[in-house]
Amino acid sequence: MAEDNEKKPGRISRMFLVLYDVWQFIGRFFKEAFLPPYEGKELMRQCYDIGYRSLLLISLTGFITGVVFTKQSRPSLAEFGATSWLPSLVGIALLRTLAPLLTALIAAGKVGSSIGAELGSMRVTEQIDAMEVSATNPFKFLVSTRVLAATITIPILTFYTAMVGMLGALLNVYTNEETSWQAFFSSSLESITFLDVIASTIKAVLFGFTIGMVGCYQGYNSSKGTEGVGKAANAAVVTGMFLVFVEEVITVQFFGLFRT
Amino acid sequence: MDVTDKTGVRERVVEIRDLHKSFGNYHVLQGVNLDLYRGENLVVLGKSGTGKSVLIKIIVGLLNADSGSVKVLGSEVDKIDYKSLLSLRLRVGFSFQNSALYDSMTVRQNLEFPLVRNRRNLTKGEVAAEVERVLDAVGLLQTLNQMPSELSGGQRKRIGIARTLILQPDIMLYDEPTAGLDPITCLEINGLINEVQERFHTSSIVITHDLTCAKAVGDRVAMLLDGTFQRQGTFEEVFNTDDERVKTFYDYNFIQ
Ligand SMILES: Nc1ncnc2c1ncn2[C@@H]1O[C@H](COP(=O)(O)OP(=O)(O)OP(=O)(O)O)[C@@H](O)[C@H]1O
Ligand SMILES: [Mg+2]
Repeated sequence: MAEDNEKKPGRISRMFLVLYDVWQFIGRFFKEAFLPPYEGKELMRQCYDIGYRSLLLISLTGFITGVVFTKQSRPSLAEFGATSWLPSLVGIALLRTLAPLLTALIAAGKVGSSIGAELGSMRVTEQIDAMEVSATNPFKFLVSTRVLAATITIPILTFYTAMVGMLGALLNVYTNEETSWQAFFSSSLESITFLDVIASTIKAVLFGFTIGMVGCYQGYNSSKGTEGVGKAANAAVVTGMFLVFVEEVITVQFFGLFRT
Repeated sequence: MDVTDKTGVRERVVEIRDLHKSFGNYHVLQGVNLDLYRGENLVVLGKSGTGKSVLIKIIVGLLNADSGSVKVLGSEVDKIDYKSLLSLRLRVGFSFQNSALYDSMTVRQNLEFPLVRNRRNLTKGEVAAEVERVLDAVGLLQTLNQMPSELSGGQRKRIGIARTLILQPDIMLYDEPTAGLDPITCLEINGLINEVQERFHTSSIVITHDLTCAKAVGDRVAMLLDGTFQRQGTFEEVFNTDDERVKTFYDYNFIQ
């Protein structure tokens, strides 16, 4: 709300100030998102928006990845005469890493940037202040709904990407090995464990939360002036993608502990 | 610095005492004292950058003061919790200098927004009737289904005022309602401000550079100079002075 400019702090303390600010922002989300009154209608609208916005790009990327990944993996497996492993290899790769990562990166680009730009321009043109003065809590209405929507929608999109990727893989396997689609799916599903599904879900939830949070944080706190909007959108994408990679590395290590 | 008011014992709806606010090294408000009495229109004059917008943003709690006290309808704005602040804001209308309409919503949705969110017991028909009532009051019924981007600056300003009026606040804060508008629209807005005062007994603070507007709507005028209200009173009292700064302000306005 109020911007207080004190003496210019040094670089290190500035970093801690930002971290503290982010921490408070996240804290406010948890304090407000789960208390009534709920913004159900706005939440639905945001979910729909996020899904709709990324669906085409995700379908295309998922499908192509499925085809290409299968095609590129074939020669190495063929050396051992093990092309029959292709379905399970692709299934595992898609579910564990490719689908979550692809979906998150695309969402960081499309969803993160548009949340950043939208909230940024609302901040700059005082629309957020206008909500404040008309007795609506803008944090709850704008931030909580968008973060929740991203957290819910991106996992759904992730499984959708995995499915579309499998279709791409099926196409490639079918034209090369003439495996039936039943055989393809049963052999790829066989190799997928419950842990894989859980790990991917948790990862996708984390990615979605991060992307929504980063977009909202950048937009909501964007500086005044039109260049603030561009900066917010850009920072949302860059920070979002960076954090997604960091979380990917950490979660892979973490779930590796459970795999023997 | 209080000028004894001839309204005497009338109830104060806004009471500001020794208010200070700085941005960095710039000390914008340096000990502001101001009262708004029930039912009056108070015009705040002052040149650009003197902190007029900052002052009314502090009144609704959009900005925090560095020191001093701001009492609105009996509550200390910076001491109450967020929930009470929101319910206080229901009773205080704020029309923004740049209108601040919601870009992603139609005019109708803009006007409905404060209403459906704060009066949840209203039926659809009642909401529609309210929307039409305020839209008619600002003379823009035909824009009902347009997007803000399709409106002219003056139309947006009037929609902004309508959006504030829809909650029927006790206090209205107008931030430069006539800036950048043609003389005829200015007249209409002045009329609107006076009508709101008469019909709803609203107390208002009107910020403006426009002396015609100040004269037309102001029961009382206060002039912000160098961070304090150095002159308050009726229009004539304020401008009947030798102070060069005040005279320049006056002359420039009418030569223009
Ligand atoms: N959020 C803010 N952060 C930093 N400085 C600010 C902020 N808001 C206002 N200021 C500064 O405070 C001063 C007063 O601003 P304000 O908007 O109140 O002027 P004003 O009297 O409304 O002028 P105008 O008539 O042009 O609207 C300006 O110099 C401005 O730079
Ligand atoms: Mg101003």
